Amino acid sequence: MKKLILTAAAALALSTGFASAEDVVRMGTEGAYPPFNFINDKGEVDGFERELGDTLCTKAEVKCTWVTNEWDSIIPNLLGGNYDTIMAGMSITDERKQTIDFTEAYYPPAASAYAALKDGADLKGVVAAQVGTIQADYVAKSGATLLEFATLDDTVAAVKNGEADAVFADKDALAAFTTDQGGALVWTGEDVPLGEGIGMGLRKSDTALKEKFNAVITAMKADGSLNAMIKKWFGDDALTF
Amino acid sequence: MFASCADPKALDGLAWMLCYLSSGKHLLFYGSFLVVIALMLVVAPVALAFGFGGALAARSHIAPLRWFGKGYTSMVRGIPDIIFFLFVPVAMDQGLEYIRHKILCPDWTAPIRQGNDFLVCPAAKLPLNSAPQIYHEVYGFLLAVVAFAIVFGAFASNVIYGAMRAVPHAQLETAEAYGMTPAQVRRRILIPQMWTYALPGLSNLWMILIKATPLLFLLGVEDIVYWARELGATKSQIYDFPHPDWRLWYFLLLLAFYLGMTRVSEIVLGRLATRLARGQATMAGEAMRKAGA
Repeated sequence: MKKLILTAAAALALSTGFASAEDVVRMGTEGAYPPFNFINDKGEVDGFERELGDTLCTKAEVKCTWVTNEWDSIIPNLLGGNYDTIMAGMSITDERKQTIDFTEAYYPPAASAYAALKDGADLKGVVAAQVGTIQADYVAKSGATLLEFATLDDTVAAVKNGEADAVFADKDALAAFTTDQGGALVWTGEDVPLGEGIGMGLRKSDTALKEKFNAVITAMKADGSLNAMIKKWFGDDALTF
Repeated sequence: MFASCADPKALDGLAWMLCYLSSGKHLLFYGSFLVVIALMLVVAPVALAFGFGGALAARSHIAPLRWFGKGYTSMVRGIPDIIFFLFVPVAMDQGLEYIRHKILCPDWTAPIRQGNDFLVCPAAKLPLNSAPQIYHEVYGFLLAVVAFAIVFGAFASNVIYGAMRAVPHAQLETAEAYGMTPAQVRRRILIPQMWTYALPGLSNLWMILIKATPLLFLLGVEDIVYWARELGATKSQIYDFPHPDWRLWYFLLLLAFYLGMTRVSEIVLGRLATRLARGQATMAGEAMRKAGA
């Protein structure tokens, strides 16, 4: 009880000096999904979504700050109000739309792909995927044994140490672990297009903010600046609008 | 940090390692060790106070107070810690925001619960959206302290309650015979005498607390486990310092840190036990008396 009062006092102390509740949009991301979002060596959020998010904020004339949150609890903490948006390579799906809203896609429906230690791995065997992703859903339905991990890194590690036969993830994020870019994995099987593209997640009640960002995304698609940014981060072969 | 680190891709060997270990991200990693130590040092006295209050309440002659004390210990001890660590911070956060909302935004008409969303007016947010990130982190840390203190306080309460019952009854009766009031007996005889019985249980709790600090990560505080995992993970060419999966090394460092903490605690607790046993009617106290005689 005493502690509660102390915390309340601390809370009041925290808020004095910030009398004007100026509108700052807190942008939530995972920070472990390069090149979409990652923590760079300075310890700041970096990546495609950081650059895009900052551009969106400037154009929508809102102030933004970035916060990181575990992928696992990224939707509940948005609903609880810890931050106001999710930009974390999150695909727009019907299931997620039941709890949160999305802006229109800022990244086209990208291919998901399997990677393994050697080509021809058993894709109906044990397949690793990140928990709560559309890839995990797909693996579960494909008839393979799904092995879920909290982060993308853990799924790749599972393949390397033989726990899983293959890993299934966004092709763009997985590319960094393949032999093309100095990793140990090779592509295997066919690419699978999944989802409706990647959008920014918002609370359903935040319609004003959603409209603001939607307008800017539409404008950026029209003038080609979004495509330029996608090419900068994902290479010239990336899908564009 | 150093000027020579401006272009890490051109470096190799020791120079690379030096720049790597002094990158901004690593400085945050080193800082998180202090956060963990601070958590332990802040939680221990607060939890002890909770435990002390709980034990005194459980011994009270006033029935509702006694029910509260016993209810607190049995409830917290019976429910898995992880549920408390997930529930307490969320409930406290939303509770405080709800109270602030009622006080600060009386004209707000929209419902607070809209479907899944928890919505309070911007001025009631805790901390405010416009507050610098450090305030958000301090706030998260405070919530963590409360959650830890409630859980560990309940265990400490039971230990202290047991220790109070272990104080020889004859001593308390003698004090009464000297004409001391119940409050005086408690203050002069019971509490000073019980520490020697409470210390083994409390030192166990301290050890468990040391090991429980990675739970901070569940509460959204970026602690040493978070940074070890983040820094150790495979880094592709997109980073300044690409490297393969080095998590093993980082976790070995954590292992050394936790073992070191345990060792230091053992030494300190051992000395404390000797100090408290002095003059006590226990086997340790008796042995000391004989050695001295």
